[in-house]
Amino acid sequence: MEKILTHTGVGVPLRRSNVDTDQIIPAVYLKRVTRTGFEDALFAAWRGDESFVLNQDAYRNGSVLVAGPDFGTGSSREHAVWALKDYGFRVVLASRFADIFRGNSGKQGLVAGVVAPDDIELLWKILETKPGTEVTVDLEQRTVHADDVTVPFQIDDYTRWRLMEGLDDIGLTLQHEDDISAYEQSRSSWRPTTLPAKHLPKVEIEPARPVS
Amino acid sequence: MAGTLAEKVWEAHLVRQGTDGAPDLLYIDLHLVHEVTSPQAFEGLRLAGRPVRRPDLTIATEDHNTPTLDIDLPIADPTSRTQIDTLRNNAAEFGVRLHSLGDADQGIVHQVGPQLGLTMPGLTVVCGDSHTSTHGAFGALAFGIGTSEVEHVLATQTLPLAPFKTMAITVNGDLPPGTTSKDIILAIIAKIGTGGGQGYVLEYRGEAIRRLSMEARMTICNMSIEAGARAGMIAPDETTFEYLKGRPHAPEGEDWDAAVEYWRTLRSDDDAEFDTEVVLEAADLEPFVTWGTNPGQGLPLSASVPVPAEIADEGERVAAERSLEYMGLEAGTPLRDIAVDTVFIGSCTNGRIEDLRSVAKVLQGRTKADGVRVLVVPASARVRLQAEAEGLDVVFKDFGAEWRNAGCSMCLGMNPDQLQPGERAASTSNRNFEGRQGKGGRTHLVSPLVAAATAVRGTLSSVADLDLGEDIDLTTFDGSPLAPLTAPSFV
Repeated sequence: MEKILTHTGVGVPLRRSNVDTDQIIPAVYLKRVTRTGFEDALFAAWRGDESFVLNQDAYRNGSVLVAGPDFGTGSSREHAVWALKDYGFRVVLASRFADIFRGNSGKQGLVAGVVAPDDIELLWKILETKPGTEVTVDLEQRTVHADDVTVPFQIDDYTRWRLMEGLDDIGLTLQHEDDISAYEQSRSSWRPTTLPAKHLPKVEIEPARPVS
Repeated sequence: MAGTLAEKVWEAHLVRQGTDGAPDLLYIDLHLVHEVTSPQAFEGLRLAGRPVRRPDLTIATEDHNTPTLDIDLPIADPTSRTQIDTLRNNAAEFGVRLHSLGDADQGIVHQVGPQLGLTMPGLTVVCGDSHTSTHGAFGALAFGIGTSEVEHVLATQTLPLAPFKTMAITVNGDLPPGTTSKDIILAIIAKIGTGGGQGYVLEYRGEAIRRLSMEARMTICNMSIEAGARAGMIAPDETTFEYLKGRPHAPEGEDWDAAVEYWRTLRSDDDAEFDTEVVLEAADLEPFVTWGTNPGQGLPLSASVPVPAEIADEGERVAAERSLEYMGLEAGTPLRDIAVDTVFIGSCTNGRIEDLRSVAKVLQGRTKADGVRVLVVPASARVRLQAEAEGLDVVFKDFGAEWRNAGCSMCLGMNPDQLQPGERAASTSNRNFEGRQGKGGRTHLVSPLVAAATAVRGTLSSVADLDLGEDIDLTTFDGSPLAPLTAPSFV
């Protein structure tokens, strides 16, 4: 996972509350076998609407989403975070997040920053009056800067540290690789391995056919 | 300090103890992989440039999507074909052993582990499938995980895990004739509810459990998840060792002796404390069937469809009303009067050789009820071969049943084996959720014996409703192998 200390990018005002994960990515996209390429699925139901914020040129290349309260509620699907990241978002700011979504974000390297409702309103006004304004999110200082305004955001220490170190769950665990290797040395020899494969004799199987 | 079986296995796998509320890091001995929950995990590895840390502790098989007919032809459904092709490519790229369709060791992942002798006592076993709890029957700590965790295990062979609570479920006495371990677990779920096990690892104990064969124990542990539990376990004993000995991956020589010595220590200490205890009397059990749309909505076969108005708890009453509407059932109807369209015998719950043997004993010399479709789907290709070597396939075909290739099949209808809207099935599988076996399909969960009797009569039935000859000893259906194996043993 990439380290994030600060991020600067076009801010996108999403004036909606309770954006649930079915709105972020509808269930029909969950059948895919890939982990990337979900950019077309992001907000799929709204993308058909020409007036939708991401369909406006000034916001099209946005990477900082400024949303209403209770972002990411509903189904626990990790695809919601994948879709946001695949589209190009690195940061989502809202006054409140659903727990599971916030947890998933931290694990996948998407910054979910909690900003006071009044400050969200302030950011919305800037982004709407001056479309294409860049927003700088500083994880070290925990601040959001846009135009001439700087406001604080909250993120828990542990998630912030992980984002700044670029550590996903796997990266974190691999920091303890010495412990894992030491444990592996101590494993008893009777514990099974799947390789080299041991088989009973190969046998031909006659395919079953439909009953006529 | 005295410990439970689950705690002992947990402690033996601690790579790092979590501090300040952080989770423990546990080592995973065996990782089972199938085509549905693995593609994004492999993709994640590829994107991060990570290898599979221990391909030699990983094994993959194709099961959820595989057709049970014409397995030599291309898979018709494009989504299924893509998932299977993706698994084949990933297994080749990352060096993971794969048992593909057509291979003798292909089959449901929870049958393949045990039959190869890879599942053994004292292991931690994970798989991106909730029915991984099956492997707990050997005294392994085995549980289902999500796709991110699949990737985590592939990359690190460990998992960060929060601690669990422990529940002892003691089943005393002897099972009455015609009842099986499936009836035990359905009764347990009806008793503690589908959320009753949440946060717990269940340990099944008591005389009735001790007397069960390995395969019957697997049926019980398999459905632990239907009670909401993280895992189910049974302490290993001579039955376990006997099942394992001689299987392809079972330890040999000194390793075997060392393993058995260790395995004998894998039992809850007499003074170990469980967070919760539940007790059942096996003698009180009857064949159990579900009438609703969750596995907790079950009753003895002699009962009638419940009357929602008589249910005191409002939540349960509303749920019952909704279930009856979906199931198309009248309150108060005797369960024995319910006619079915389909009988499905198979799945990771009840698709093993003992299940097929017990069904064949009931079906032998009979013909199926008019208009009923009977599907027999072995859990693995080896089980199929074994059944054919014993001539069970002939019994099934003579009866009028369809004999199929191995896979998950109609348990979840990801392949073409599905119920049509409104169709009703007696099924030896594990979930009776709305639409589980096909959109609009109605499922009654039953034991293999009830499935067999139902296939004969066309209505939900027990073997007691059949005129079985004196020579059929029903008390041994869940015991050691039913008949001496005269045919070569493949399983």
